Amino acid sequence: MGVLLDVRNLRTEFATRGGVVRAVDDVSWDIAEGETVALVGESGCGKSVSALSIMRLVAAPAGRIVGGQVLFKGRDLLQLPEEEMRRVRGREIAMIFQEPMTSLNPVLSIGRQLTEGLEIHLGMAPADARRRAVELLALVGIPDPEHRLGQYPHQFSGGMRQRMMIAMALACNPSLILADEPTTALDVTIQAQILELMKDLSRRLGVAMLIITHNLGVVARYADRVNVMYASRVVEHGTARELYANPRHPYTLGLLRSVPRLDEPRRARLDPIEGQPPDLTRLGAGCAFAPRCAFRVERCRVERPALVRVGADDHVSACWEAARVRPREAPG
Amino acid sequence: MSGNGEVLLEVRDLVKHFPVGGGLFGRSHSLIRAVDGVSFTIHRRETLGLVGESGCGKTTTGRCILQLERPTSGAVVFEGRDLTRLGDAELRPLRRRIQVIFQDPYSSLNPRMTVGQIVAEPLAVHRIVTEPGARAARVREVLAHVGLLPQHARRYPHELSGGQRQRVGIARALALDPSLIVCDEPVSALDVSIQAQIINLLEDLQAKLGLTYLFVAHDLSVVRHISDRVAVMYLGKIVELADRQALYEDPLHPYTRALLAAVPIPDPELEARRERIVLGGEVPSPLRPPSGCVFHPRCPIAVDRCRSEVPPLREVKPGHWAACILA
Repeated sequence: MGVLLDVRNLRTEFATRGGVVRAVDDVSWDIAEGETVALVGESGCGKSVSALSIMRLVAAPAGRIVGGQVLFKGRDLLQLPEEEMRRVRGREIAMIFQEPMTSLNPVLSIGRQLTEGLEIHLGMAPADARRRAVELLALVGIPDPEHRLGQYPHQFSGGMRQRMMIAMALACNPSLILADEPTTALDVTIQAQILELMKDLSRRLGVAMLIITHNLGVVARYADRVNVMYASRVVEHGTARELYANPRHPYTLGLLRSVPRLDEPRRARLDPIEGQPPDLTRLGAGCAFAPRCAFRVERCRVERPALVRVGADDHVSACWEAARVRPREAPG
Repeated sequence: MSGNGEVLLEVRDLVKHFPVGGGLFGRSHSLIRAVDGVSFTIHRRETLGLVGESGCGKTTTGRCILQLERPTSGAVVFEGRDLTRLGDAELRPLRRRIQVIFQDPYSSLNPRMTVGQIVAEPLAVHRIVTEPGARAARVREVLAHVGLLPQHARRYPHELSGGQRQRVGIARALALDPSLIVCDEPVSALDVSIQAQIINLLEDLQAKLGLTYLFVAHDLSVVRHISDRVAVMYLGKIVELADRQALYEDPLHPYTRALLAAVPIPDPELEARRERIVLGGEVPSPLRPPSGCVFHPRCPIAVDRCRSEVPPLREVKPGHWAACILA
């Protein structure tokens, strides 16, 4: 399948009181048509800013995209006139956010929020837009869609709101959806429903998806490929199977080791990643993970490692010591 | 680390109803049944996990134990005394012995106070250590317990990372030398790599100081790791209560089974062949809980009787309780 979105050497900066923060630092990854790719990392690692940069929604003037290309179907979105970019947003690339309540308009009916996009982006007549809105609500499993159209977001539960967000994202048949922590605010049984729904829809409709999450379980359940981010950079990339079975960056390994897992015997003690995430205004020349890294050698402090191939299917890791990074035998 | 038999806390038939509606002009005409007849005990030095989804009443249960909410009915017997029958003056000395750690280290710390002031505040409120030198020494001592340095006492919360702020929240809870700590989602706002640090810290403190925890959380993997026994709540009721191992390896209630099946596991190979029990529907409103078993509208194995008959929490196997007529 062809490459749908190709992000190359993207760099985004924010001016803060503490200095310039490079929130996305020379990041490259791609998504093929119909594929699901994950961007994994902890708060402040740059995963959300990556998505906002693709949509050119980084808040100016503090935030600025300072370099790179975002090739979508071959066109560089960073070079498009604003008017054309508006057509891309919503129509060709849609977004789903973590907190549906903050991204829905509380004073507009569910129906209006759905039909607005259809009328503006696709030029549909109101009656057609309404028919399509009913279809969309049914598609995402909202019962009694005719009746629901007249309701307001506060009358929806958290799970129903997230279904509504998905319906809005699908409204104009986009070829790519950027989903930023789509299930983080939801309960575990509702999270399971939404994940199954998204997986099913992306398969049936052939929509490609970028899933942004900190939850390694969510990634394992439905990403084809994974990019792990730390301190604004991609530190490891691979197919989900390869990356989980054979993590080759100490940070990825640390993340996998630090969470208690239901499928493994209970460990007497958890294996945390020691220390704190770095201050992005004070990154040195070396590897940003070095101060917390168990595999650290002298070189890591002074020279930043580039992504190099470490395994099958374009599995890459940015670590001088990648050859030594191996999942330890499970205890007991 | 497991309980040694002595009961520290007993919660008996706890009920907390919140009136809603009415408001300005009318009488309230309906009740949210947030906690609807909950009973359990916690032994000294034990950790009891209390899990469930949002709105199941787990946080309200914790708040009723802390007497931050006065229960509608039922008893909260702590160190032999029923807290629900005590007035404020009588409660005060007992309150020192029950402390709380909140979920969000960003909003639960006063941004205008230094870490030292935050940790010293309970000492001042309860007039425990009044001499300034001794109070500063106590602050240093509890900061050391949670892995912070003496110089952190002069910092403000915004100067600290999320993990460090949660350590301050824990230090504040420790200041009065409590025996029971209600931990209300203490790690769910933290990054994955920091969660494990805080969980290990809580376990170390329990061993060192002989603490007893009620660990309220929605993350089943974390609860399994830290708890000796686990209670599962649904719509204001405990539906299952058992030793950690029994609950996770042999869950008896269909809701517990569905919860466990819903937790995604970080292993794509395993996820691909894992059985899915995706519960349909949503948690009903505690304003109008379903008749009979409150879980029956979503239950994959419900039978006719479940619609009319309220299943009691019964001891199905020794020490393993479930509220399901089919268990």
